[in-house]
Amino acid sequence: MTWFLFAIFPYIAVTLAVAVGVVRAVRRPFSVSSLSSQLLERRWLYWGSQSFHYGILLVLGGHLLAFLLPGTLRAWNGSPARQLALEITGLGLGLYALVGALILVLRRLTNARIRVVTSPMDLLVWLALLVSLVTGVLTAGVHRYGSTWFTGVFTPYLWSLARFAPEPERLDGLPWLVRLHAFNFFVLLALFPFSRLVHLVTVPVGYLVRPWQLVVANRQRSAGAEPSASARN
Amino acid sequence: MNVKAQVSMLFHLDKCIGCHTCSVACKNLWTDRKGAEYMWWNNVETRPGTGYPTRWEDQERLRGGWEPKDGSLRLKLHGRLGALLKLFYNPALPDIKDYYEPFTFRYSDLFDAPAADDQPTAIPVSAITGEPIDIESGPAWDDDFSGSGIYARNDPSLAGVPEETRRQLEELERIVFNYLPRICNHCLNPACVAACPSGAIYKREEDGVVLVNENRCRAWRMCVAACPYKKVYYNWNTGKSEKCILCFPRLETGQAPACAHSCVGRIRYMGVLLYDADRIPEAAAVPDADLVGHHREVILDPFDPAVIAEARASGIDEDWIRAAQRSPVYRFVKEWGLALPLHPEYRTMAMMYYIPPLSPVMSVVDADLFRLDLADGEGAFELFDRLDASRLPIRYLANLFSAGEEGPIRAILRKMLAVRLYRRARTVEGEAPADLERLLESVGLDAESAEAIYRLSTLPTLEERFVLPPYHREVAIESLADPLSHKGLTGLGFVEPPARGE
Repeated sequence: MTWFLFAIFPYIAVTLAVAVGVVRAVRRPFSVSSLSSQLLERRWLYWGSQSFHYGILLVLGGHLLAFLLPGTLRAWNGSPARQLALEITGLGLGLYALVGALILVLRRLTNARIRVVTSPMDLLVWLALLVSLVTGVLTAGVHRYGSTWFTGVFTPYLWSLARFAPEPERLDGLPWLVRLHAFNFFVLLALFPFSRLVHLVTVPVGYLVRPWQLVVANRQRSAGAEPSASARN
Repeated sequence: MNVKAQVSMLFHLDKCIGCHTCSVACKNLWTDRKGAEYMWWNNVETRPGTGYPTRWEDQERLRGGWEPKDGSLRLKLHGRLGALLKLFYNPALPDIKDYYEPFTFRYSDLFDAPAADDQPTAIPVSAITGEPIDIESGPAWDDDFSGSGIYARNDPSLAGVPEETRRQLEELERIVFNYLPRICNHCLNPACVAACPSGAIYKREEDGVVLVNENRCRAWRMCVAACPYKKVYYNWNTGKSEKCILCFPRLETGQAPACAHSCVGRIRYMGVLLYDADRIPEAAAVPDADLVGHHREVILDPFDPAVIAEARASGIDEDWIRAAQRSPVYRFVKEWGLALPLHPEYRTMAMMYYIPPLSPVMSVVDADLFRLDLADGEGAFELFDRLDASRLPIRYLANLFSAGEEGPIRAILRKMLAVRLYRRARTVEGEAPADLERLLESVGLDAESAEAIYRLSTLPTLEERFVLPPYHREVAIESLADPLSHKGLTGLGFVEPPARGE
């Protein structure tokens, strides 16, 4: 069971995310959108969307940090005061994201206009996100100092996945709450290419460097010349 | 010099009767779809009024257009990093209430109602939720509703009009309004293009049409906020932005856009303008007072041999240069200086032009009688010399068309009045007296140009109003790449049905 949940399923999830995600981006680019609903409802969105997005992005960044730079994190946590500060920050951000998520879910379920643009997949995504947030916040409260023990348990486990030599037994002794949290991450990864979550990879960082104006030619200027987006201003 | 061509439209507001035929033609052709019900790519507003979406000119709230800073321009909406920080919530966006909640009527009730003593009625239902709603506003909700303390009084373009005049505009005998049809301005310096984080919006090189590539649009909606004319709309159903496409499929087949073609008052003209793309950054960044002049300078003379040579060098073919030479838009805008862009102070270099409307002389109450504000014995030159007595305040027109500068508006109104006086004399007396010739000279016209203005304003044929260049679709990339790749696809080349993403 552990073998399937934490050694086989992760590869299925990643494969789906990459393969289906690429196919969708190439074959059906029209379907890729953040599907904003601000036009239809903006007051709840103001409170929900910002806290959810910023909260979850920072928490995700923290997880990524523990995965990529475990040594740095352990060094930081060497002092109990610093470790406590990090723990409280993490928990706070988690709660921040959770409150935002609850506002957004409530909005989606109760606002008539938003219900019109809600698909079953949206609800499934929210369910998975709520499982992640609730189990994450509970873990931070019940099984404290995750910022330290993550580097001892999950960092080597994730690297074992990356090396294609999975060691799921590393998660054997963990409490069910933590295991659910970890497994749910792969569930989200599997849902990613089939849902609106795809907008995650469309964050327009190119905007930081692209020219302000875009001009595109519809005709070939001369024989052999390729159509190109050229810059002006 | 970097010569480019722009297909441009001109609105002769003196002829607009506010019938909304343009809006309906556009609606039927393009936005009669789920998620697009509230969009009016072409709308007609009663001005003074708040317009659609309501108070769209209030850029302190909606943050549209560019603002000059240290000699260059920056988007009023955001900087590059600021754009990324506002992805999750954008306060500058209009709400659906600022447009209106789209509605339809449950017509089936008329047929399905059981027999009863009363007539059945079709109740209004929201086009979004399908639930019954109370209609609170709609497209052109303040149609013909000038003088109102809610709509007319809150027109942002009345700023700077003296309080005394504003109060007069609400008096019954002095109420005045004109119609303002609006489509996307297909700007030379489009703020929507610059604001799009995904780079989905672009200006087409051949004809300057600004288009949204919906395959690249990711619904960040910065374009909606950045367009100062609020002419990019967000489709809440597909999750993509949409805008006026200047009916490019019609243009490419030699037809005028649906709004222009259907115009009952024949107020719309279409033609090619040649412009110098190199001059855009400088012309868009000058102080407000110089905007109109610099805007005109960017448009080039299609008869100038140097311009023609540069146009050829940048790949504009002969047919387009010839079309530019016959362009009615060029004649009105540049040759006669009669037309202005809407709100040049937004600095997007709008490419749709307006001939401002003439208005009647102000009325006065004299011994309980209403009469025109003309002294006894004053002749036909009266309004010409006293433009301030016209009912539409000059300052108001200046706020709309010349960044608050009254000079260009006065010059145009004088020209139009001079042509009118001249032609009236020709028609009534058979010949214009010499003082009218001098009057024409004083506004920079002569008998020949006055006749030409008169003919193009009042008696143009379809071919004279719409001088459309041949698009040469046979050399377009799509047709060269693989003609069969479009076989069996929907309409405009969607490779997938435009359905909401999952």
